[in-house]
Amino acid sequence: MPTFTLTINDKKHTVEADMDTPLLWVLRDQIDLVGTKYGCGIGQCGACTVHVNGTAMRSCLMQISQAEGMKITTIEGLSKDGKHPVQEAWKEIDVPQCGYCQSGQIMTASAFLESNSNPSDAEIRNAMHGNICRCASYNSIEEAVKVAAKKLS
Amino acid sequence: MKTSAQITFSRRSFLRTSALASGGMLIGFNLFNACKADVAPPVDISQLNYNDFNAFIRISDEGKVTIFSPNPEIGQGVKTSMPMLIAEELDVPWEDVYVVQGKLDTKNFTRQVAGGSQSIRFGWEPLRQTGATAKQMLVNAAAARWGVSASECTAKQGVITNPNGETLGYGDVVKEAALLEIPEDVALKDPKDFSIIGQNTPNVDLDKIATGKPLFGLDYKAEGMVYASVLRAPAFGQVLESFDANAAKVIPGVIDVITIGEKARQYFEKGDRNWTANLNPNDKVVVIAKTTWDAIKGKNAIKATWKTDSPLESTEMHDKTLIDLLDGNTFRTMRSDGNVKKAFAEADKVLERTYESPFLPHNCMEPMNFFADVTPEKVHLAGPVQTPADAARVVASLLDRDLEDVQVEMTRMGGGFGRRLYGDFVYEAAEISNAIQKPVKMVSTREDDMTTGVYRPAIKYRIAAAIKDGKLTGYHLKEAAINGNMYGLIPNFFPAGAVENYQVDVANYKSNITTGAWRAPYTNFLASAEQSFFDELAEVLEVDRVQLHLDLLENVKGTTDERIQYSPERLQGVIKLVVDKSNWGKAEEGVYQGFSVYYCHNTHVAEVADIIMDNGLPVVKKVTCAVDCGIVVNPLGALNQIKGGVIDGIGHTMYSELAFKDGVPQSNNFNSYQLIRMGQTPEVAAYFVESDLAPTGLGEPTLPPVGAAVANAIYAATGKRLMKQPYMSNLNVEEKIVG
Repeated sequence: MPTFTLTINDKKHTVEADMDTPLLWVLRDQIDLVGTKYGCGIGQCGACTVHVNGTAMRSCLMQISQAEGMKITTIEGLSKDGKHPVQEAWKEIDVPQCGYCQSGQIMTASAFLESNSNPSDAEIRNAMHGNICRCASYNSIEEAVKVAAKKLS
Repeated sequence: MKTSAQITFSRRSFLRTSALASGGMLIGFNLFNACKADVAPPVDISQLNYNDFNAFIRISDEGKVTIFSPNPEIGQGVKTSMPMLIAEELDVPWEDVYVVQGKLDTKNFTRQVAGGSQSIRFGWEPLRQTGATAKQMLVNAAAARWGVSASECTAKQGVITNPNGETLGYGDVVKEAALLEIPEDVALKDPKDFSIIGQNTPNVDLDKIATGKPLFGLDYKAEGMVYASVLRAPAFGQVLESFDANAAKVIPGVIDVITIGEKARQYFEKGDRNWTANLNPNDKVVVIAKTTWDAIKGKNAIKATWKTDSPLESTEMHDKTLIDLLDGNTFRTMRSDGNVKKAFAEADKVLERTYESPFLPHNCMEPMNFFADVTPEKVHLAGPVQTPADAARVVASLLDRDLEDVQVEMTRMGGGFGRRLYGDFVYEAAEISNAIQKPVKMVSTREDDMTTGVYRPAIKYRIAAAIKDGKLTGYHLKEAAINGNMYGLIPNFFPAGAVENYQVDVANYKSNITTGAWRAPYTNFLASAEQSFFDELAEVLEVDRVQLHLDLLENVKGTTDERIQYSPERLQGVIKLVVDKSNWGKAEEGVYQGFSVYYCHNTHVAEVADIIMDNGLPVVKKVTCAVDCGIVVNPLGALNQIKGGVIDGIGHTMYSELAFKDGVPQSNNFNSYQLIRMGQTPEVAAYFVESDLAPTGLGEPTLPPVGAAVANAIYAATGKRLMKQPYMSNLNVEEKIVG
């Protein structure tokens, strides 16, 4: 099997995997970063969202062969101490119910706010539309993104 | 009539409730015996860990408190709220409390189940008693050391104070306290003295969730663990004929390909039964691999042929069958008051409507999975299951093992909604590990999860009202359902008791499609049907919709019918609150409102939906929700449950459905199945009726009424009565938002 060197959360990892292996499963099964969640495997739910060179991407759709040379950030690497403004906002609002989708929500929100720290309500709804929360904590997610935006601006 | 208001808790009922609903101390004989009659008391108390205050509480020498939360956490918040009840009466600062998920322990805990919105209701008394009893023992130990009477001492925030003003921390006396007799008559706090109950308390796993720490079943790992992907029949009604695994076996990372099913067949042959045991006795092909992806790839490479073993059903066939049942006369009567036949014969007007709902998968965000490690010494199971005690029992029977050999570790669950009441994924993991004698994680893909589910079955209701001289004189509800019918007290919910001539009849069709509980079973659609019907009925009767309910509820006051457990006063209370808070009847131009009220899972709820029309499509802008759930234990968590329940209800009544064709589910992932997304969600404004009554659950009760609130608002806007869910597919408009 081929070998790939990935840069994840500023650390280099060398893994052996078939080139079509989704980054998601490499993160979870081989590098033990299980904060990135599996939800659908087809890029529809957003639970596996990571940052690739600062952009929110679905790790279930990215093959490991495409991930080499990219700067990949997962929920575990979003902040050193768990105190990224988006994480702080999530805690302040007490967003999670089951919590399973929330790392993906946080990764989508943090990449979005990086590019737009003063979003309108419609822009927030549009940015978060691709992330499903089956517990339907949407009101709280929306509020937390607004709180995070304030912290960032 | 029995309402929550009238349930009183005596010391005796505490003992009885403990045995039923909650656990006991690891130390001392009295409570231990009281909790479970068949458990032998420990012979030598010195053999116990003195820091184990009881099954729920551990206090360190420094006074830090660990509380083991007994029930599974599926997102309903019990891992936070149940320990709050203990900490309140133990009287410790919440900041000093560390919450740990308890393991399955049938000796010391009971009802370790997540379901039916019952955890807080059943735990309310015994969990507080547990805390209060432990506190009293700490006070007794301190008093003995000081040589003063315990009644002269007080305890607050983890510190005991004597009449001379001297103090001892809980940790200072924990060792002595653990050896004391367990006191019998411990008083509970007056609710006005609560300092933890009623406070906004964030989810105890918040930090871990926000930083991506391992918590869930899919995150669980063990040394030497392999992964398994299971190929099951693509259609309900098909079984495996043969398979070719050659292409799978050459995939790097694939370790083995086996079949399972034998153990399940033996289980049925033995005659064992358990309501959670939805075992599939047919052969399934299992690919064992080094990683999840290898296992999935291996499964996709299996070439299997299937043969038809029982009818391949379709939605079209279900629709016809259920309508035939409603038209027929194979009903079972669940409740009958007065003489419905006579009321209809004498009516001068009859309103009759039929309401229809589709199959729904649960679609927990975390697909079904489980860990099993079967060795000659033990069976170690770990993962997300709502019924761990049943899972252990079924696995013990399945593998012919002693129940004592089976350990279940509960992980946090990425959603439950009823799906994880049924343990098929646990049994599969156990059978696989038993076959390969290795630790294994069985992982379902989203496609597996959606197409081999335990679905909310399609149900149709036909409701008829007899009207004479402008009054409602008869009410006849007929249910045609797949595989099962409404059960328990549901036929006694409102309007039972409010209408003189009242009858509920049920009929069902046995399908080979697996079905089961789905968040608020039966009522999730029954409330939509009945509350839509009442909206139309009010119009026919030419009375105000809200007033119609208030008047009908007057008829229920003072009823001696024990089956009626809803409180007419409390339903009137939530109606008045929602009318007040929703601006009912005074909405601004272009905003249309719909009203709905319902009681289920011991909680009373009224909702008003505000919609606007945008390019001919309804958009739900706001839902006002009034809730009477007694004392609100954790307002922050309660609001999350309420808002989640309302939006989940809107999503499934407006957008979601699972159709079948030739036995095959027609959606298998989120590109062909629609779940509600942020852009479709309204603001939910929730209000509580102030109450000092014992708390009731919130995981389910806000979901059922919302479908009708939305349908009634759409009627107000368009004049179109929606009777078939999902509403958006039956508005004859195209709006599919996916991805």
